[in-house]
Formats: sequence, structure tokens, C-alpha cells
Amino acid sequence: MAIRVKVMDRPVEQVSYVRATLSGLAHTFKHLVDPHKVTTQYPEETEALSKRWRGTHRMLTNEDGKAKCVACGLCPTVCPANCIKLVPGEDEQGNRFPLVFEIDEFRCIFCGYCQEVCPEEAIHLGRHYENAEYTRDGFVYDLERLTSQTHPVCEMWDPADPAGE
Amino acid sequence: MGPLLMTPISDNSTAFLIASAIKVLVFFGVYLVTVAMLTLAERKVSAWIQDRHGPNRTGPGGLLQPAADGLKNFMKEELSPGAGNTILFSLAPAIAFSTAMISWAVIPFAAPVPTPWGVMSLAIADLPVGFIFTLAIASLGVFGITLAGWSSNNKYSLLGGLRSSAQMISYEIAMGMSVIPVLLLAGNVTLGTIINQQVTGGWNILNLTFAFLTFLISAFAETNRLPFDLPEAESELVAGYHTEYSSMKFSMFFIAEYANMLTASGLMATLFLGGWDIPFTAWDNGEPSVLKTVLTLVSFALKTGFFLFLYMWIRWTLPRFRYDQLMSLGWRFLLPVSLGYIVLIATTLLVLQLLGIQAGVLQTGILFVLNVIVLVLMFVVFDRGRLLSPTTSKMSAAEMLRLRSLDRAGSALVPSARPESGMGD
Ligand code: SF4
Ligand code: SF4
Repeated sequence: MAIRVKVMDRPVEQVSYVRATLSGLAHTFKHLVDPHKVTTQYPEETEALSKRWRGTHRMLTNEDGKAKCVACGLCPTVCPANCIKLVPGEDEQGNRFPLVFEIDEFRCIFCGYCQEVCPEEAIHLGRHYENAEYTRDGFVYDLERLTSQTHPVCEMWDPADPAGE
Repeated sequence: MGPLLMTPISDNSTAFLIASAIKVLVFFGVYLVTVAMLTLAERKVSAWIQDRHGPNRTGPGGLLQPAADGLKNFMKEELSPGAGNTILFSLAPAIAFSTAMISWAVIPFAAPVPTPWGVMSLAIADLPVGFIFTLAIASLGVFGITLAGWSSNNKYSLLGGLRSSAQMISYEIAMGMSVIPVLLLAGNVTLGTIINQQVTGGWNILNLTFAFLTFLISAFAETNRLPFDLPEAESELVAGYHTEYSSMKFSMFFIAEYANMLTASGLMATLFLGGWDIPFTAWDNGEPSVLKTVLTLVSFALKTGFFLFLYMWIRWTLPRFRYDQLMSLGWRFLLPVSLGYIVLIATTLLVLQLLGIQAGVLQTGILFVLNVIVLVLMFVVFDRGRLLSPTTSKMSAAEMLRLRSLDRAGSALVPSARPESGMGD
């Protein structure tokens, strides 16, 4: 292969290095004294999250503090990452409830299908991102953890209200 | 103040020794803290120019950042290249660092201070050879970088070292030449005399504006700061001469860079901005007093600070030169032009002397007008595409036409090094 060369036509006779330098310096100085800085001072300031932000899960509870989940098994079925572990139980009245409900947040891809499919509006994704843990095991959220978390939950996209108003 | 007290302190040898020891200790303490603060200032200025905040977590407003950096560098693992020259590898940062500091020793940073034992000049060593000493030590600085490049046994480091030696040697000449007009005006190489001449005859930035600009450019090149930081050009040479360095040895190069900047700034303030002279008042030029010393120190610090800021400002504005541009700027522009300028200033001074015009407002005025003419000529007429030029300007017109016509024909097939028969199989 030969090399193609494009020789640019530069206005060599008109350009002045000194003038270009001075205008560059003026430009940077303008930014130097400009009090508006773009960095967010993170732990003190945070940026608002979108209403549809999909973060780590929450399980909503009913009035007596029990998880709303009826262990229907829809969310473990729909979960594409296969990260929900559900063991259903049943009490004397025949009410189903989850004996074990665990979500492995490491495997989760935060698709939101579990929230969308849930008939009881029990499992929700959260508008939350501060998830640091000391161990890997800490990322398997059990039922207690899922119900005790308080961060706001994600609002799913509603076809009747596409702009989310 | 009695005439007895006006004798210089050097007449009393014990007092002189003690005073010098104190000066050295205090000065290097302040100097090193300033250098540390400069690393913070650099990061702050760069951040502000890029619309960021800069380091602001360690201590109030980030003030402890240099201490944190230093601590980190002390605790890091120190590596040295297996096939390198270990002795020179360790020696190089020390050379770079110490030469940067030594040259500061001759710069007077405030008006002389009166003490009960006589007047103490506020330069660590009030050497009679003054400026020559600075030049000599500055040329030693190149050994630090070159040896670092060579002893690392790394091709990038070596290239960085080579570039640095070539660059510093070329610009040293331009630097020396651009100061000769200053020495012509002062009639002496002692920095104290140069300051005194500026006190009476006006600052050299007015007398010798053009020499100031050439000195500024050479000083940037001498300290390897952008746009002349080819020895460490990250985009081509990884990190140039300090690629193999880690931990505190790497830090030493960093300190050396800022120490060099500080020295060069102090030198520029001394040579061209009247040193510690306070403008628009003759008060600071009379009898020595402590208040005067403090105020002149502030004045000197402000001037030096201005140049330090200029260094940073330019660093975050201009891109790096190409190597051939750097060399041609040094040898084909700065050197001949400063030689011509020496002749011009020498002739003017001779003519002024024959006309009987002494140092003062009139002389400064005449020299300033002369400088304005030279500057206009330089930057309006000669700068156009000549000061720094694209590679194409080095092509002959015929060659350029040939290349252009090839491109227009849509098949600019520049014959490659490979034989024709090798193509297409
Ligand atoms: S968000 Fe998606 S991947 Fe995560 S648990 Fe729910 S269904 Fe599974
Ligand atoms: S879909 Fe809802 S109700 Fe059904 S198992 Fe999942 S969380 Fe429980």
C-alpha cells in the first residue's frame, strides 16, 4: 500500500504565533476567573436522580409490616439474570408468603422486569446508588434487608404517560 | 542611623558566619515550603482553567495536599531498573534537585536589613560574579536530566535525556545572550548592582523589553516547562527521562522542576522587574530599616509570584512544540535576534553617552521607544509564518506543487520504501 498524502493549504503568510498565543492566554484566563465550576462536590452535593433510575431493590410492606410479596414466583421466572431466589411458604389460612427471598445484586442487571411483573407491587427497584459493602456476601440482599431499606423507589415507564409527568 | 552601623556585616567575620548560617537555614526552609505549595498552586490553576475545583479535600482548601503527596511518595516502593547504572540512577535526581536550589543563593530577595553588627545583605551569598554563577549552575542542571535518561537503560528515558541536553544547551546560549544588554546597562554582573541600576534608571522591562521576552522564552525552555517540555513529552516518550523513576526519586525531579521555576522567576524579577524595588516611590531606596526590608520582600515575592503564575498559565494554555520547531526557534530565531539586539543596545548606549544623556527618565524613554519599534517589527512583520512554521514551509515550492497536483488527480501515490513488485500479492 502506498500512502496517500494530503497537503493542506495553510495561510502561512497571515498567521501570527504571537497573536494566537495571546488570544489563547486570554481564553484560559477567562476560565480561570470564572466562578462557575462544573465539578459536583459529591458527598456534600448530589445530583438529582431520574424518576426512572433503576438501582438496588426494595421490597414494600403492607400495614402490619410484612412484605407484600405473595410468593407467586413470577419475578424469579422473568428475571433474565436468574438472580432471585424464592422459597414459598403458606400459613394456616392459605396465605402464601416467601420463606426465603434473596436477590443477588451482583448478578442483577437492573432491567426492572421483576418490578414490572409483580402482581402485588411488592418488589421495586430503588433510586439509590450508594451500595458499597465490605464483603461480597453483603450484596446478596435477603428479605429483611429488602424490606428495611427506605430509599425512594423507581417509577416504571407508563405508556399512558410517556414523558413521566 | 549612625554611620558606624552602615558598615556591611561581612566586616565582622563571626557575625557574618552566624548571619549566613541563619540565612541558609531560614531560606531553605521557606524555599522548600514554597516549592511544595507550588505543586498545589499548579494543580489549582490547572483545575480553575479547566473549570474544576482542584484538590480541596486535604486540609482547609486542600492546603495539606503537598504534605499528603510527600507522605505517599515516601511510602511507595522504590524500583530501580535491573540493567541500569544504579549509582548514576540515584545521583541524577540529587543533581537535578540541588542545582536548582543553589542558583537561588545569589538572588537578593529584599533590601539589606540593618543589624546591630552592620548591614546584612539579603542574598545568601552576595557573590561578585552574580549572574555568571547562576548561568554556570543552571548549565549543571542538565546533567541531572541527561544522566537520569542514560542511567535508566530505557530507550524512552534516553530519548528524553538527549532531547533535554540538546534543548538546554541551545537555549542556554540564547539565555546568556539575552542578558548581555542588561549587563551592558548595569555595567556589572552582580545582581545587587543590576537592581541598583534599575532603581535609578528604570526597570529593565521598559529599557530592554525585547531582551525580557527572549529571556522569558529561554527561561521556559531551560526549566523544561510547557510549551518546551519535550524531555518528558508524555504522548511520545511515556514520561521521558523519569519513566523509570518511582517513589521519592521521582518526587525529587518534581521538586527540581518547581525549584527551577522558582529560581527562574526570581531571576526574571531581579533582572527585569527591579528585584525588590517598590515602584513609584523613592522611599525604599534610602537608609536600610527593618520595615523597608519587609516591604521590599513582599514586593519581590509579588513579582516572583507573577512569573510563577505566568509559568502555570502558559503551561495550561499552549500545546507542546514539535522538536524541529523548538530547535529552529532557539537557533534560527532567538540566537541571531538577541545577538542583533546586543549590537543595537550597545550602539544606542554609546550614542546616548556621546550625547551626554545619563540614566534616568529620558534614557528609559528613548530605550523604550526603540524597544517598541523592535517589537512591532518582530511580531507584526517577522512573526508571520516564520517564527514557527508548519512542516510544509520546509518543502521547496516545486515539491509542494507536485504533491498538491498528485492529490488533485485523486491518486497521491507517494512511492513507498517497498519495491513495486512487492505490492498486490
Ligand atoms: S431487575 Fe431484572 S435482573 Fe434484577 S432482579 Fe429484577 S428481573 Fe432480575
Ligand atoms: S412477583 Fe412480586 S409477589 Fe410474586 S414472588 Fe416476586 S415479589 Fe413476590
